Amino acid sequence: MSERVGVAKTYKLVLNGAFVRSESGRVYEVLDHAGRFWANVAEASRKDVRDAVVAARAAQARWWSLSAYNRAQVIFRLAEMAEARRDELAEHVQRAEGRDAPAARECVARGIDRIVWYAGWADKLAQVLGGANAVAGPFFNFSLPTPSGVVAVICAQDSSFEAFVDAALAPLCAGNAVVALASEARPTPGLLLGEMSVTSDLPGGVLNVLSGRVGSVGASLASHEDVDGIDLDGAGDRAGELSVLAAGSIKRVRQPGTDFAANSTARLRSFVETATVWHTVGR
Amino acid sequence: MGEELATSHLGALAYDPAPESAAIARLHESYGIFVDGAFTDPAQHAQLLTLNPATGSGLAHVAMGSASDVDLAVASARRAFDTTWSRMRGAERAKYLFRIARLIQERARELAVVETLDNGKPIRESRDIDVPLAAAHFFYYAGWADKLEHAGFGAHPRPLGVAGQIIPWNFPLLMAAWKLAPALAAGNTCVLKPAETTPLSALVLAEILQQAELPPGVVNIVTGDGTTGAALVEHAGVDKIAFTGSTEVGRVIQRRANAAGKRVSLELGGKGANIVFEDAPIDEMIEGIVDGIFFNQGHVCCAGSRLLVQENVADEVLRRLLRRVDQLRVGDPLDKNTDVGAINSAEQLAKITELVETGEAEGATRHTSSCALPSEGFWFAPTVFSQVSSTQRIAREEIFGPVLSVLTFRTPDEAVAKANDTTYGLACGVWSEKGSRTLWVAERLRAGVVWANTYNRFDPASPFGGVKESGFGREGGRHGLEAYLDE
Repeated sequence: MSERVGVAKTYKLVLNGAFVRSESGRVYEVLDHAGRFWANVAEASRKDVRDAVVAARAAQARWWSLSAYNRAQVIFRLAEMAEARRDELAEHVQRAEGRDAPAARECVARGIDRIVWYAGWADKLAQVLGGANAVAGPFFNFSLPTPSGVVAVICAQDSSFEAFVDAALAPLCAGNAVVALASEARPTPGLLLGEMSVTSDLPGGVLNVLSGRVGSVGASLASHEDVDGIDLDGAGDRAGELSVLAAGSIKRVRQPGTDFAANSTARLRSFVETATVWHTVGR
Repeated sequence: MGEELATSHLGALAYDPAPESAAIARLHESYGIFVDGAFTDPAQHAQLLTLNPATGSGLAHVAMGSASDVDLAVASARRAFDTTWSRMRGAERAKYLFRIARLIQERARELAVVETLDNGKPIRESRDIDVPLAAAHFFYYAGWADKLEHAGFGAHPRPLGVAGQIIPWNFPLLMAAWKLAPALAAGNTCVLKPAETTPLSALVLAEILQQAELPPGVVNIVTGDGTTGAALVEHAGVDKIAFTGSTEVGRVIQRRANAAGKRVSLELGGKGANIVFEDAPIDEMIEGIVDGIFFNQGHVCCAGSRLLVQENVADEVLRRLLRRVDQLRVGDPLDKNTDVGAINSAEQLAKITELVETGEAEGATRHTSSCALPSEGFWFAPTVFSQVSSTQRIAREEIFGPVLSVLTFRTPDEAVAKANDTTYGLACGVWSEKGSRTLWVAERLRAGVVWANTYNRFDPASPFGGVKESGFGREGGRHGLEAYLDE
């Protein structure tokens, strides 16, 4: 009996809750850590970026209109989906990053636990970042954290899953919609998480995952006027250039290379605005 | 139109019965105590029979926990605290709590039926409020387990140890969730004592803890009566006592816990004032008043049991209110159309009856719903007293039943003074379209919770608890963690 031939998978962009090829028809070759051909992944174009931002803008309003408890449950659902596909994710991390199997599994486990960590934040941010302000007058004054809006994330190049989770989930958890550019050379773990997000009750367009070139996609995102913030985690030596572009529409920018403790809320706070309300008090 | 409606036959409209099936509860004939992750027979093999208050018939036998059962449970909790739970990373504790939340959601229908059978509350409430809120509470505190250093109670918060938790019969499952979820998130282990008359949903929760594979001993559940609770309070191995119940029992518990140097938090009685200003939105306000006092048959510590109405609208409010109360559907708690269910026990029914009699004797005007009451079980028709004065017992004492006392006021200052004229301080409501005045009043009310243009709202993210003799400590929200953390 001959050996069964495996079914090869075509990797597509995750855009507005659907899986699409790049409108440009372009792909680029992804190699595994040993330099062998792995996949032809879609190379997102400027038009794909625009489509993703339009989808994200529309989805953000829906996402933020849900209760924080509901958002927390949806993010937790993503962890449930990822847990069920843990082995698959670990194989991808192993193949992409060249880790041994136990290290890859640990890396995936930490990533999934991180999703759970963020799920818990969704309904606690207001209590930790917001609060009543004791103004000197007959006013009830309070501040609430609100999302910046549409956040672009240039994900880390080396850590294909764990860092992807951290960078993409932080703005999501605060109520933003995200357009994430997965690691250029190691995009499949990020694309997989994008696939899982489609089956985890996340409204389409809240998390869009692109594969493509940091240079071109990064520039399109950084200069897009309808993007409110950009995390340059994986932008490498292009970070300076992209952050200059981002200033064009006063984007909130998270620079790469900031080390922070695992329990830090620094990344969470990067794409949060403070909205303050004054209300009179009187008979 | 208003008058026509008031005298129409709306109240007598016939509904077809829409009963939920009691079989969904899957009750066992008897239950042991839940210690060290397993159900075991109580040391003295004594049992209690828990009743369905809507029929007066027995539902199941549960253990009558003795001091030696409490001793086993505390030892089990201590072992679990020392060997697993306090050493486990918060992120791992979190995942157990998320499992519990999910399992409660999965078994929601069963839990709702169990709760309604054992407590007598309408299935509509157990299904839509008690059970979903219990799940939400575990879900919310699961998220805190690995974020304790962000809660504002010190950079290195630590658990207290073994928590002894005694809960009442009015929201059996929900109170178990309010107690267990923050304690476990903070790293404590627990011995829970459910109420004598409503132990069943906590025992289903024990099965859920088994399904969640919660490490043995992290939660122990000992059913019984007041003596079981007293044994828990007295136990030297317990570091913290959390109690929800009457102020009378709370006093005794605080005395004993203080003497033994235990940490204590108390969520006690109330005599909530629902304050209605002349500009209040009338339809919402009438619904809010009804919900404030008749929700859960008035077996609610934060019930809006005193209605303070601005004098110039008092007649209109009373007229509309009585018309609405007369339309409440009282009866089979398992029927999905039922608004008001059964009184939880014969003892509670006697207490309500006695206080209502003093209301009439002291000169207040009694209005009783014309609804028919079932012949079996424990029932009390929704009742409103008007012409109530602040000195009458029905204006001062917690009735804990479907009985509303209506008083009037003229100015915001008088409203505040009357609302605060109580030894309690749990919750108040303010009804007005004028936001600035609502906030002015809220700042002056001595109450742990103030609802504006709503009443009886609960959310795991929002702290709940009283001032004055309504107790101290908060449950829910970020603040709820403080009761289970040491700096």
